[in-house]
Amino acid sequence: MVENVCQLCLSEVHAGDHATVVAFQGARAVNNRLASLGFTPGVPINMSQNYGHGPLIVTVRGTRVALGRGEASQIIVLARAHV
Amino acid sequence: MGKSTLFNLLTGLNQHVGNWSGKTVERREGYFELNGRTTCLVDLPGTYSLTANSPEEVIAREFILREKPSMVIAMISAANLERSLYLVAELAALNVPLVVALNMIDVAAQEGIQVNVDALAQALGLPVIPMTASKAIGVRELLAVVEKSLDRQIFSNAQKPEVRSDHREVLSELERLIASHVPQPYPVDWVALKLLEGDAEMLRVMETNLPKPVWDAVYAVTCAHDDAFLAVASGRYEWIGQIIRSAVAHPKVGQVGLTDRIDRWAAHPVWGLVILALILGLVFWLTFTVGSPLQELMDTYLIAPLAGLAGQALSSAPVWVQGMIVDGLIGGVGSVLTFLPILVIFFAAFALIEDVGYMARAAYVMDNLMHHMGLHGKSFLPLFLGFGCNVPAIMGTRVIDSWPARLLTILIAPLVPCTARMAVVAFIAPVFFGASAVWVSWGLILLSMFALVSSGVLLNRIIFKGQRSAFIMEMPLYHIPNFRTVGLLVWQRSLAFVKKAGTAILGMALLVWVLSYLPNGDLNSSLLATFGQSIEPIGRLMGFDWRLTVALITSFPAKENAIATLGVLFGNSPDAGLADALAATFSTPSALSFLVVTMLFIPCMATVAVTKQETNSWRWALLSVLLLLGLSFLAGAVVYHLAVLLGM
Repeated sequence: MVENVCQLCLSEVHAGDHATVVAFQGARAVNNRLASLGFTPGVPINMSQNYGHGPLIVTVRGTRVALGRGEASQIIVLARAHV
Repeated sequence: MGKSTLFNLLTGLNQHVGNWSGKTVERREGYFELNGRTTCLVDLPGTYSLTANSPEEVIAREFILREKPSMVIAMISAANLERSLYLVAELAALNVPLVVALNMIDVAAQEGIQVNVDALAQALGLPVIPMTASKAIGVRELLAVVEKSLDRQIFSNAQKPEVRSDHREVLSELERLIASHVPQPYPVDWVALKLLEGDAEMLRVMETNLPKPVWDAVYAVTCAHDDAFLAVASGRYEWIGQIIRSAVAHPKVGQVGLTDRIDRWAAHPVWGLVILALILGLVFWLTFTVGSPLQELMDTYLIAPLAGLAGQALSSAPVWVQGMIVDGLIGGVGSVLTFLPILVIFFAAFALIEDVGYMARAAYVMDNLMHHMGLHGKSFLPLFLGFGCNVPAIMGTRVIDSWPARLLTILIAPLVPCTARMAVVAFIAPVFFGASAVWVSWGLILLSMFALVSSGVLLNRIIFKGQRSAFIMEMPLYHIPNFRTVGLLVWQRSLAFVKKAGTAILGMALLVWVLSYLPNGDLNSSLLATFGQSIEPIGRLMGFDWRLTVALITSFPAKENAIATLGVLFGNSPDAGLADALAATFSTPSALSFLVVTMLFIPCMATVAVTKQETNSWRWALLSVLLLLGLSFLAGAVVYHLAVLLGM
């Protein structure tokens, strides 16, 4: 079975899935804040909670971080695509 | 997490809470005995990094660099090691004596994380002491190591992370450029690193300290590499990663921790709201069943007897002295003290909610709704407290980390209808609206909420240019609350209220009393009444005569005073006859307008006092007053004329 991995916005990753950070699209201040929290290119992320609307919760470097939907959609990751 | 616990453990009540000069960030300093030597301990603001993104971080690093403490204890969490070590990386770059306290070993074990302390110490080049501060485990060992380090019996050789390889040359270049121009007390290599990061504060400092051509060169370099922060952060995390790999055993992937399991409910879009509603309901239930009776008890057994005693003691003194002491001073003191039972309950509830770790979940669950109002999830809880009383609501805004959001919340908090306002409505509405009083009350509450939301949106746009800081919030792990920490916090907050707000309230209460007494002890002919009569034209715009205006003015010390004042002005007690007198004197539109104005009127003086306390300036307190003054008058006038037009 081939794993369908492609580039997504973090906000599109399903709960329970893993993702790897690729790039940031947001404002620099936001990116810096994310970086000091552990969101650096190449870091693995686990999507703890994502209900498709509203904020979501991810686990990065052992820390649980809540992100707004807008903020999460500015983070590009590699993750499994659900058809 | 744990830092305050340790601080409180060591200093107990030997601590002083104030503000870092000129800022609204709390500063805690205390003393404890380290083997016979009195040692000063400063609790720096809790941060995970030392960038210039927040005043807390700047305060922490400036203190370390300027005050040159003999030792810095870095409290890090074993349950959150990667994040915690980021701070250690930043601290190591400051070249200060450093000891690492590895706290929350128990919580880490709960989540399945095992730390090899010796390997960690080896990799860091620093002493590491495992602790569970909440149970006071490891404190003695920590102090022993601190003492030995101070006596130079232990040497540390802190390892420092390197910048990601692709940016090392740039960093060297920056160091070369600034080498001879770095002012005290900043280390050259640290400044170069901060410049590379794009640190706003250090860029500002170096711009003033570098000769123009050098600054231009530096600036050009930083612009050419404006995404360098990622490289610096990555470098730190690579370093951290290596350390973790050598010293930490993680749980198998897929093992669900306790926090995860609780968050399935607490952070659920629907159930999270239900749980929040239940918790808030519990807090308010407590205030009514415990707080209100306590307030009455205090009034009956403390204030009233005191007033009686004073009256007796002063029976031979001139009438005005009696009045000033009994009605003005003791009345004022009474009003401050009666706040306390409710405040203590709110402070305790708040502190517990935060210590357990639930506060972040409450903010998370409410953030979506708050977002539409231009506010943050964290603004919700303080605002909600406003339904009980605006005073703890404003003091509760401390949980909001971003200052603009906190200020905005403080400014609109007085629009939340508090119980005192509702007490006035509860008295007047039935007199004029009979059975429909309930609907009128609901309408007034909705009006307040509407004013709250619109003010929030408008102020956000005007003062803060509509910017809303990104929603990025760390969710701490749940853990058993430390009741000692909570207790100390409640004590300190209550004391701060009594001292700061209390003195302001007392002053204002005396002033109002004086104005309502002079020149000859009769309220009807007092300075206050004269003032009310002189501004009657303004009041008439809203359908008020001078008596309603005076009543409104006296609602400043306490909203409920409006009723008492009307009682005095109509020569009746509030219980008998006043209702009829009001019904006979005022039209329904006037009454409705009075209620609207009461709901939206300037905050009571206790609220103004805490606004000043929390914003560290009278400017914002004044703005808050003016804002609501304008809003209430406008609304009152509109409602009055509309009601007249509708033939009410």
